[in-house]
Parts: sequence; structure tokens; C-alpha cells
Amino acid sequence: MSCEPWQCAEVSSTKKAMAITKPEVAISLIRRANRPILVVGSNAINRKLEGKLLIDYLIDFAKASKIPIVATAHMVGEFLKRGYKPAGFMSAMDIGNRLVDPEWQGIDGKGPHDLAVFVALPYYMQGLILSGLMHFATKLKTLTLDNMYHPHASWSFPNAGVGIWAENLKVMTSKFEGGQ
Amino acid sequence: MTRKNVHLKIGEMKTDTGLIKNLEVSVGKLIDDSWEEPMGPTPMPEITTLRNWDLTLLNKYKPFYLPACDLCCLCTFGKCDLTGGKRGACGLEIGAQSSRIVLLACSIGAATHTAHARHMVDHLIEKYGRRYPLDVGGLNIKVEAPVTRLITGIKPEKLGDLEEVLDYCETQITHCLSAAHTGQEGNNLDFESKAFHAGRMDQIGMEIGDIAQISTLDFPKADPDAPLIELGIGTVDTSKPVIMAIGHNVIPSIGVIDYMKANNLGESLEVVGLCCTAFDITRNWKRGKIVGPISWQLRFIRGGFADVVILDEQCVRTDIFNEAERVKAPVIAASAKNCMGFKDRTDDPADEIVADLVSGKTPGVLILDPDKVGEVAVKVAQQVAPKRRNFTVLPELEEIKKLAKTCRHCNLCRRSCPQDLEISEALKDAAEGSIKKLTELYEYCIGCARCEQVCPVKLSIHSFIIKAGEKKMLEETNFCRCGRGAIQDIEIRNVGSPIVLGEIPGILAVVGCSNYPKGGKDVYDICREFANRRFIVVTSGCSAMSAGSYKNEEGQTIYEEFTGDFAAGGVLNVGSCVANSHIAGAAIKVANIFAKRPLRGNYEEIADYIHNRIGAVGLAWGAYSQKAASIAAGFWSLGVPVLVGPHGSKYRRMLLGREDKKENWEVYDARTGDKINVGPSPEHLFQTVETKEEAMVTIAKLCIRPNDTWKGRSIKLSHYIDLSKRFYGLIPQDIDKFVRTEADIPMTMKNDILEIIKEKGWKETVIPDPTLLPRLVRKKKEIK
Ligand code: SF4
Ligand code: SF4
Ligand code: SF4
Repeated sequence: MSCEPWQCAEVSSTKKAMAITKPEVAISLIRRANRPILVVGSNAINRKLEGKLLIDYLIDFAKASKIPIVATAHMVGEFLKRGYKPAGFMSAMDIGNRLVDPEWQGIDGKGPHDLAVFVALPYYMQGLILSGLMHFATKLKTLTLDNMYHPHASWSFPNAGVGIWAENLKVMTSKFEGGQ
Repeated sequence: MTRKNVHLKIGEMKTDTGLIKNLEVSVGKLIDDSWEEPMGPTPMPEITTLRNWDLTLLNKYKPFYLPACDLCCLCTFGKCDLTGGKRGACGLEIGAQSSRIVLLACSIGAATHTAHARHMVDHLIEKYGRRYPLDVGGLNIKVEAPVTRLITGIKPEKLGDLEEVLDYCETQITHCLSAAHTGQEGNNLDFESKAFHAGRMDQIGMEIGDIAQISTLDFPKADPDAPLIELGIGTVDTSKPVIMAIGHNVIPSIGVIDYMKANNLGESLEVVGLCCTAFDITRNWKRGKIVGPISWQLRFIRGGFADVVILDEQCVRTDIFNEAERVKAPVIAASAKNCMGFKDRTDDPADEIVADLVSGKTPGVLILDPDKVGEVAVKVAQQVAPKRRNFTVLPELEEIKKLAKTCRHCNLCRRSCPQDLEISEALKDAAEGSIKKLTELYEYCIGCARCEQVCPVKLSIHSFIIKAGEKKMLEETNFCRCGRGAIQDIEIRNVGSPIVLGEIPGILAVVGCSNYPKGGKDVYDICREFANRRFIVVTSGCSAMSAGSYKNEEGQTIYEEFTGDFAAGGVLNVGSCVANSHIAGAAIKVANIFAKRPLRGNYEEIADYIHNRIGAVGLAWGAYSQKAASIAAGFWSLGVPVLVGPHGSKYRRMLLGREDKKENWEVYDARTGDKINVGPSPEHLFQTVETKEEAMVTIAKLCIRPNDTWKGRSIKLSHYIDLSKRFYGLIPQDIDKFVRTEADIPMTMKNDILEIIKEKGWKETVIPDPTLLPRLVRKKKEIK
């Protein structure tokens, strides 16, 4: 495991995401948040982990954790196809732009989010949005669930193979399911 | 230079008062103002003249910043850490710094097009004289330079008239650039306004460059039936010597073509181009061939196809001489902006240069005389080709399989690959005997060779991919419509009304470079989808090549399947990067020719018209360069939304509307002065999308304009809804914001949509005569 950015040149400067060494840390961050959301990008249908698409892991996770999903790109259709209705959908730039607005009342209109969890956007695009949030959404914390280290997030899993990634997602889902 | 001056020299003249000898008179400038149209309010705008207009747009579409770098290192006070709200030593914060980088990119882009145009105009004046008439479309075009007329108030008629326009652009670009100096501009929106101004200059620079070359170099003149040109590596006859030109400035390649024609060599050599210079070669000489977009430089050179490589300017790989040397192909650098470290041999006899290049005494030369470039390139190609015999550095497949075994699977290649391609997995399979995965990478690889830079065992990964894709590469035999140039006035008259009323659902301009997320096929798919939907699809640059690189079920390319007319369902290639100006020009001409809005020096009114009435969207799916940034800026300032592919997020600043903020979507009704909410039409001015599916839904939505009639709106909504259902699996959830009256709802969907919008508390509203400019309100009442 390494805490270098996945794409070698995507270095950060003086601030760097805290590395998550165990899925339990991510679980507790999500649990501690009052109003988390999960932003899911287009790689949800491009990444296969142990024969199962990432989007299917994420649906399991969202159902277990009750975290509302905002689907970017055309992912809303992919979620609907699988019988899961995301809380909202919009372009990645739109959700980023709303998250930097302290007045935005969130995807359900019930108040600003305090934790934005990102996964499955193109790496560089997700990194840029996380950078925008780091600079301009000062009250928001960010977390990534990819197997690629994102230095601009508040917390990120380090670079890892798909096996470890799948395991982390499964552990997170089961812990939420078990109410642990 | 005295280019604007009138210079009179009299040897001897008898007058009433006596004999005058050797009289020389210079006057600064003669103003020939035969253009009857009165001058509008903002001719030759200075850097702040249109600031209010820019700020109006920037208030509607606010910047969303994506800082690509947390630091600033532009002066020796730095590096400054701008994280956590900290300001740099000069007081600058990260938002302004991000806009400053946008301004720098747009200024570089505008300078590049303008310098290109300056070189073109100087060269053509030297060749044809200042009085050479401009002609971009014969009798079919009266408004020959809509951008120039609009911004500067000048109506150029002769080559020499273009010089004054360029003087103006050069001054403005210098101002724009100077604003980026430390301790100049400090406000983010002012940086943005200046970036818009750079974009305006960029549009002029492009227009001047293109109308100069169209007028003099025998290019198609606004011709919808411009010939089909062979496109693709497979079209190149490698049994002949091959001269390959890379870049954007066609002048050196014209030297080659002229030399070949003069010496009856037209049939005995291949002249091919890569990137925009390819278009301009083929606009001059239809026997030229288009290899492909900018990302194919290494494919073609490493593949051994080129016997001589001519480099002009812009988007040329800066290590191309190393690559060419590997395949023993001499290089001729032919642009003062791109000397490549070669010795300047411009004044040496051609045969001496030829001898040095053929013998390998020197791998490359700098020649700044296009005629000499022509002679040297042809002679070198003829002598080098039999020796090189298409020498390639691509390894054989067996060798690749062997070398793949040395891969350490460290993944550094993938982590350096902008496309995140799974190279290590492909090499694992190759080591086991299967190159299938490597072959699949061919379509997605953008040819940057970054993977090779980091590989600890020095594997030529990009070459492996090219070799694996070689069969496909050699089968690339397609057609691209030759760049037609401008849009005819009559075409504008024919489509003006349906565009403005919304009955032609939109103009989609697919422009720019080839930094695509998943290959060029996306561009083809998008173009075809919208042509089938009877949008007007305009292409240019590398995107025009990618659009032509795939075939339909009948084996036709998109340019064979659809007409080249500026009409519903047309797919027309305007040409190279500089021809992008004709796309802005077409929108301007709709406002002027169809709607009869005054053009001359009347920027705000025309931009306001375009923004509120013309459903045009720019898609730069693979935009990568600073020129693409400045081209986009020119469209932003005209109020035309631009969409970029995912790599476009690296421009680090979006201009986004907020559809959830109702107050952002008010316009004045020019008839009454009332403020009317028109909804998010168009929703964004600059946006990145992730996938082609998202791009298609977004394009349909971004074509919606406040002025649409109910019929036009219902047509536009039917496309938006249909694409949304197809790719998102549902009726758009923001549909209530686009329905003004029940008549706007497409007939077949009426019940479903009424149900949705009524649930959202929808209320009927009026269709205004929309404007963002209070001064255009006809009924005078106090505007708040
Ligand atoms: S320009 Fe300003 S922010 Fe940048 S290095 Fe200099 S002082 Fe720092
Ligand atoms: S960088 Fe080289 S050694 Fe490492 S995985 Fe890629 S090809 Fe193999
Ligand atoms: S050359 Fe192709 S495979 Fe290599 S880094 Fe660039 S895009 Fe990736």
C-alpha cells in the first residue's frame, strides 16, 4: 500500500489526504457525519471487482449504510436498471458546484452536507473536484472509496489492488448491515 | 513596419509653381470608409469596453474552480501556498489565481492564432500585394468577415486591410497578457472578463488567418459540396516517397505543392498532413491526404510511413526530431516559432541542404523560405525513400511477446497514462501469447508516450500498442469533407428563421483536438446522433477527422451519409482550427442577415441576440490546448455554451448556472421591460461531462433558448426527453423549468409530462422578447 497519488503527477502541495488503513475508519467517518452523501461517477460500470461490477457493490453499500447517492454522468440509468433509485443525479461539475455553496440545502433540501464521499469518477476529474472542494468548501469533509489515493480529499484509501478494494467494500457493507 | 502608411515618391513633377524633384510623402493612414452601415457603440473595444457584458454573463454563469495546483510559482516571492484561504505574497487568492491561469491560457491561444494570421498575411501580401481582393465565397457571401466587422467595425476588402485588424488584436492581446503580471489584476471576475476579451481577439485572429488563405490559396469558397478527401493511414501509398507535414500553418506545405506542380511531380509523391495543416493542404490540393488527428504523430512516424517530416507551427510534438531520427526521416522545421534547435539554412543553396539531409550529415534543418522548403522536401523525399524503404521502429509481434516477459508489472506506466490504460495486464497476456488486450488499447491510446518515460525496463509501450493495432491502422481508409470555409449568406437566410424559432433544434459545433477519453468513435457517434435528429452539425479540426474516421452500416463515412450544407441534418466541416471563426461567424450572420441587427461595432447586442435566440452549442470532446481555451472563450463571450470532455476539466474552471436558483434566470422582455423568468436556458456556459451519453443529453438541453416558439420548444424538448429516457432511463426531472405553456410539451408525451410538472407546482409563463440588456427595451420604463 502506498500513499502516493494514483496518477503520479497529481501531487498535492502542503495538504494531503489522511490515508485510511482500515475500512472501519471510513465507516466511522460516515457514521459520525450528520449529512453524508455518496457521489458515484461513470467508472461504476467500468470497474469489475472479482467478477462483480463496482456499481453493484455500491448499491449494496448504499442500501446497508442508507447513504444517499448522487449519480453523475449517465449513471442514474444504470442504477435504475438495477432497481435502485438514487437520491439525485446531476453532472459531476454541478454537484461539485453545489457543494461549495454553503447555502445549498443538500440533495434532499434538508440542510448542507457535511461529508461528501466520492467514488468512480475519472481519476483526474475526481481529483480536480476534490481540490475545488478542499479550497472552497471549507466546512465540508471529503472521503474517497476508490482503490486510488486521492491527495486532495480529506481522507482517502491508499492505492491498492482490486482484491483489497473488493474486500474493503464488502467489510464496509457488512458492518453497516450488522449495525456494528 | 510602415504597412499602414501611404507612401508617395515623385521623381520629377512640373507644377504651376515650378519643378519638384525627388519628393517623398508619407501619410499615417488613409481611412477608406465606404461601408454605409453606421458605426455601432463599441468599435475596437478596449480591454474594459465590454466588461459590463462579460460581468452580466459571469453573474449568470459563475466560475467553479478546480485548482490543478495549490501553489503559485509565477514570481520570485513564491512559491506561495494558496491552500486554506491563504493569500500569496502579492495578496492573490486561489480563485483569482485560477482565473489568472485561464487568462494566461486564453492569451497564449489568442496570441498563437493571431501570430499565425500575421505570418499568413505578411507572407501573402509579399506574394500577392496589399491590394489583392478578399473573396471567401464570391457572390454567395456579402458579409465576408462577420467577426471582424462586429468587433472592430472594419469591413476588410483587400489583403492590406487585414493588417490594421491584426495591429488591433496584437495590442489587445498584449494588454490581456500584461494583466496577468504580479500585482496587476486581482479580482477573479476581472481576470475572467479579460479572458473573454482574449477570446474575442482569438476569434478575429482565426478569421483573418482563414479569410487570407481562402482568398489567395484557391481553397473551397463556402462550398457545401467541397470534395471528399482521403483520410487515414491506410490511404497513404507508401510505394511513393511520402512527405508529411505536421502543424497548422500551411504556407510551407504550399511551397511543396507548388514545387511539385511546377515540376510535374503531382503523381509521383504523397503529401500528407497531420492535424490542421492536413486540412489546409487538402483545401489547396485535393490529392493531398489527411493522416489523422494530432495524437497520431508517433503512430505515423514510428510506423515508418514518412520519408520527410515538415514541421510548421502549433501542436507539434517537441521531441519529433528524435522520433524522426530513429526512423531515418529528415526533418525540416519551417516556422520561426518552432526552430527545434536546428541550424538556419534558409540562405543556403537548396542542393547543399538536400545533400546534407540525404547523407544524414544533419538530421534536420531550419528553412524559413516556403519555396525552398518545397524544393528541399521534394528532393530529399525522392532520394531518401529508396534508402529508407519505410524503415520502422515498430517491433515484430513475436518480439513484443518476448519483451513483454520482462515487464515487472510495477504499474508505473498505467499511473502515468492519462487514459489509465491497463497496460500491465495487456503485457501479461502478450507474454502468454495473446495480443488481444494490447490491440484493444489502440483505440483509446492518445499517443502521448508518457508510459514509456517511466518504464523501468524501457519498454516501448506505445510502439507495442501501435504494432498490435497495425491491422486496424492500415485499414483506416476513410473520407473527410474538405474544409468548406464560411457559411453562405443564402444558407443563413434559409435557416435563420427555423433556428431562431427553435424548429431546427440546434447547431452543434464539434470542434477541437483529440484528447478523447475513449477514442474518436464517441465523436462520430455524437455527430451522427444529432445529424439524424436534424440538428446542424458543424465540425472542424481534429474532431472533423475523427468524425470522418468511422463508417455506417452501408460503409459510408459521415460525410458521405450527410450533406455538407448548413441546414438541418447537414454535417459540414468548416476546416482547420482557424476556420472555427466561421462557426461564430454563422451565428453572428444569423443575427445580422436574418434578424437585421446592426453588425458594425455592435458586440453586446449581437452577443445578446445569439445568447437568447440561437440554440448553438460547442462540443470540444478532446480539447487540450491553450488555443482550444481561447476558442472557447470567444464563444463564452458570445453567450454560446461550450461542453468539454472529461480531460477538459483540467482547464480548471467551469462557468456554471444554477438551475435551482430561480432568480438567476430572469431576462427583460424587450417589448415591456418586464423581468421574465425563462428558466435555465441555456443552463451552463462551460461544462465538463464524463461520458458520451451524458454529452448527448446535455447537448440537447443546452440548445434550449428563451426565444423558442412553442413549436420550437416542443421540438427541442422532445429531443431532450428522448435522449434522457434512452440514457438516463427517465423523463428529465427539471422538465418543469423548460415548459412555459402547455403548448411547449411534445404532443406524444403530454400526459406524462403534465403530471410531473403539476406535481412540482408548475405555473404557466409568457414567452418574452428576451434580452439581458436594459437599453434594448423598447418601451421605456424604469429598469431595476
Ligand atoms: S505571483 Fe503572487 S501568488 Fe504567485 S508566486 Fe508571486 S507572490 Fe506568490
Ligand atoms: S512501467 Fe514497464 S515494467 Fe512497469 S508495468 Fe509498465 S510496462 Fe511493465
Ligand atoms: S501513449 Fe497511450 S498508453 Fe502510453 S501513456 Fe499515452 S495514452 Fe497511455
